[in-house]
Amino acid sequence: MTSLYETLVPLIPYMVPLPIILPAVAAALALILSKYLTAQRTITLSVLAFLIGLNATMLYVVDREGIQTLQLGGWDAPIGITLVADRLSVSMLTVSSIVLFSVMWYAISQGIRDGGKDEPVAVFLPTYLLLSMGVNLAFLAGDLFNLYVGFEVLLVASYVLLTLGASPARVRSGVGYVMVSMASSMVFLFGLAMVYASVGTLNMAHVGLRMEDVPSGTRSAIFAVLLVAFGIKAAVFPLDSWLPDSYPTAPSLVTAVFAGLLTKVGVYSIIRARSIIFTDGSLDTMLMWVALATMLIGILGAMAQNDIKRLLSFTLVSHIGYMIFGVALGSAQGLSGAIFYAIHHILVQTSLFLVVGLVERQAGSSSLRRLGSLAYISPLLAILYFIPAINLGGIPPFSGFLGKIMLIEAGAEDGSWLAWVLIAGAVVTSLLTLYTMVLVWSKAFWRDRKDAPDGATALARPAPLVDIQDEVAVKDRNDVGRMPWGMVFSTALLVSASLAVSVLAGPLSSITGRAAESAQDVNIYRAAVLGPNYLDPSRTLEMERYDANRDDINHRVDTNGTEDQP
Amino acid sequence: MVANLFLLLAAGTLISAGVYLLLDRAMTKMIMGLMLIGNGANLLILVAGGSAGSPPILGRESEIYGDKTADPLAQAMILTAIVISMALTAFMLSLAYRQYRYRTEDFIEDDTEDVAITVRPSFASAAPDHDASDDPETGRMTSDGDDFGPESFEAPLKGDKDD
Repeated sequence: MTSLYETLVPLIPYMVPLPIILPAVAAALALILSKYLTAQRTITLSVLAFLIGLNATMLYVVDREGIQTLQLGGWDAPIGITLVADRLSVSMLTVSSIVLFSVMWYAISQGIRDGGKDEPVAVFLPTYLLLSMGVNLAFLAGDLFNLYVGFEVLLVASYVLLTLGASPARVRSGVGYVMVSMASSMVFLFGLAMVYASVGTLNMAHVGLRMEDVPSGTRSAIFAVLLVAFGIKAAVFPLDSWLPDSYPTAPSLVTAVFAGLLTKVGVYSIIRARSIIFTDGSLDTMLMWVALATMLIGILGAMAQNDIKRLLSFTLVSHIGYMIFGVALGSAQGLSGAIFYAIHHILVQTSLFLVVGLVERQAGSSSLRRLGSLAYISPLLAILYFIPAINLGGIPPFSGFLGKIMLIEAGAEDGSWLAWVLIAGAVVTSLLTLYTMVLVWSKAFWRDRKDAPDGATALARPAPLVDIQDEVAVKDRNDVGRMPWGMVFSTALLVSASLAVSVLAGPLSSITGRAAESAQDVNIYRAAVLGPNYLDPSRTLEMERYDANRDDINHRVDTNGTEDQP
Repeated sequence: MVANLFLLLAAGTLISAGVYLLLDRAMTKMIMGLMLIGNGANLLILVAGGSAGSPPILGRESEIYGDKTADPLAQAMILTAIVISMALTAFMLSLAYRQYRYRTEDFIEDDTEDVAITVRPSFASAAPDHDASDDPETGRMTSDGDDFGPESFEAPLKGDKDD
């Protein structure tokens, strides 16, 4: 085992850029091979499967060795491009690769079964790969401009995915989504200009170093501009109203991957900006209020919805508030809770949207006023819904409960009255989430469909990507057959991954604890990124590590105090 | 660093005009607004790059600015941002064209489902958790609900004659 580990460590510099390069190359190949569906599918699935293994290996090594950096082309840090793989970014990468693989598997198996000639598959696969490239680039970027480019790559891909098929409903929602996202990109660009004007660099470690000399008012103003840009992406109140309007019209599987990943990229950027650049925490109080408003308003919106996809979009907004709460506490414990909650939420929210896709396929609707009898029609589907639903609602053995406990503990540790208000808000939100989840359960799964007010009609046929609006009477709907096993297995893979988060919560929370600690340890981040030559940067072709192993596992005391160090 | 006031004013004008256009509900105006904001932000990055200077090329011959070189990074970033906004403008124009094919009015509509929930009447039968067997006035359960249950689950979608 040690020999394997010894061979892995020197390979890390080769592994770090692969999550960006591989999807890009695969996207090009998929576009070239768009006539050969099988080859296209094989390439896409195998690349995404390979990335799971790669990212998990990186997580294992980086957790033991500490932060890893790669100076592209050997150019020293502030003038060159740096990719940074620390525990935070690698754990986000690993979870997102699991999600990307499962959703792609789901999409392909539904495409094989239900896809007609009108499915835009040739566009879907390359765009999806570019989306994963953008997400990975945003997670690995060591400077603000590459973060911006990563955002743009994933946004452009998401515009295409959201408007697949370009039906009237999707064009309408797509226009709103594109406009809001473009506005957020422009705010981000404006923020970049402000950062560059005040400190003359965009490397995050370098910006953080020089930001200490900038007057605190200017610093807060710049942070506020960047927070608006990230906040629109993360969908925090009052910048959230675009999300429930645009996500539900997209195909379910596209909504699933958006819900899992895109908002979390915004949260990740807020974490990075708060912990590395703007370390003084001047806007923490505002972030606390934002977190409270996001949690409560999101979940109150969810309670009013008829459509499950819209309901889930609102719970997605609501639960972003928990992560912002953890970030706003400013402590390593709070950040650890936020990272743990992000991991849990990515898996659970994606699997819920995939389940809704299955519900839509089997029952021909996602409206609470139409659905019913699903527990009888398909007990397997009921189980697949029930586990992530009560997980999201925060019922004890599951990771949603553990993540909330971590956040509440961190809030109680903070002890200010505002933190207690937030704790109360978090508990209320958790209860109301459980209410919405149980509402879906009792209406869609337990109620007889004959008892549903509008249950007599359903969508004419299932379709993975195009927008079907034709409605027929339930009795006239063609039998869709059993659920394709690929769709079931991919959903089950995500559900079991979320269960694994619950079972392995001990080791995982110690990883997130170390991730939070090393993310907040600006000295190590700066040393690892900038190195000794940053005042007079040139070209260093021999890779070396600058942080002198100060970030490895022996230097990290466990914040949670429950797990022993291996 | 001495900032160029006129460039700053130009950036301010572009961005404010862009924000004004973006607040409109006509898609073409919003696209133009976004382009103006993008250009304004690019000008700001240019200003942030410092004063003008010679081309940042090793072994250059030109002597206009002497030893002072321009900041190449600001220009590289602006170039990237221009390319991105060009591609996005193309995408938005194609979206606008597609919207025009569906309806000629250049106006971004509200989400229909959102509107339906906003104007939802307050009586019980419109609520998302309403059952057909519930009392339409009060929303309470009625004895009609007794028709459903474990037995009726045996034949949820079929009539008696189907079996």
